Amino acid sequence: MHLVARLCHEGPLSIAGLTAGSRVTRQGVTKHLRVMEAARLVHSTRRGRESIWELDQRRLEEARRYLDIISKQWDAALDRLRAFVES
Amino acid sequence: MNTDRIEKKILLRAPRSRVWRALTNNREFEAWFGIKFDDPFRAGAPMRGQIVGAAVDAEVAKAQQEHAGIPFDITVERIEPERLFSFRWHPHAIERGVDYSHEPTTLIEFVLDDAPEGVLLTVTESGFDRIPLERRAKAFSANDQGWGIVVKLIEKYLVQNP
Repeated sequence: MHLVARLCHEGPLSIAGLTAGSRVTRQGVTKHLRVMEAARLVHSTRRGRESIWELDQRRLEEARRYLDIISKQWDAALDRLRAFVES
Repeated sequence: MNTDRIEKKILLRAPRSRVWRALTNNREFEAWFGIKFDDPFRAGAPMRGQIVGAAVDAEVAKAQQEHAGIPFDITVERIEPERLFSFRWHPHAIERGVDYSHEPTTLIEFVLDDAPEGVLLTVTESGFDRIPLERRAKAFSANDQGWGIVVKLIEKYLVQNP
């Protein structure tokens, strides 16, 4: 899903904005936004009849740090695997 | 950027069957991954393993005390011989006495493909968007406390016990 990338580059967007030009359905986008909302990566504010979604930058930073930790652990594990099978 | 998944690719200069065995034989898995499972992996099976430490020096022995012996649960998903091995776990489920069983899991998939000089292994871990913030915070503190040290000690162990 490139929702995070789009919100990062284009700023706050409505669901209509997020589905424009995409093959993903409104329901698909909404479902993914709800998952990210539960993780507090995004939040929405109502503007008239629409909800406008935006990234929580601090949470995004935390998500990046978290993934970075996991990423480094996988790098280390795969280095050990390589040493193990190539010896 | 994608916050939900991590993908790693590594070219391994070894026969495909050798790599497959290292991934899916529980004794070999333990040797490089650092989690000990007493039983062979079975598709669909929940399995309980133990984090394994190896005392090789004083710094490492301290980290070993913190994490060694902690139970670690996975649920094996698919085993498609020499092609795909996948399982689910709770990332950073390394706190003593905590019941993680009702928390979301991430999916780990190992996929093997042929490559000119050996095997291309693609590892994907996905489902991070569903991991609650409090659990992620534990990852940061766990990392600071010595998960990184545990990784180093396993590396040392493997170097000294090839």
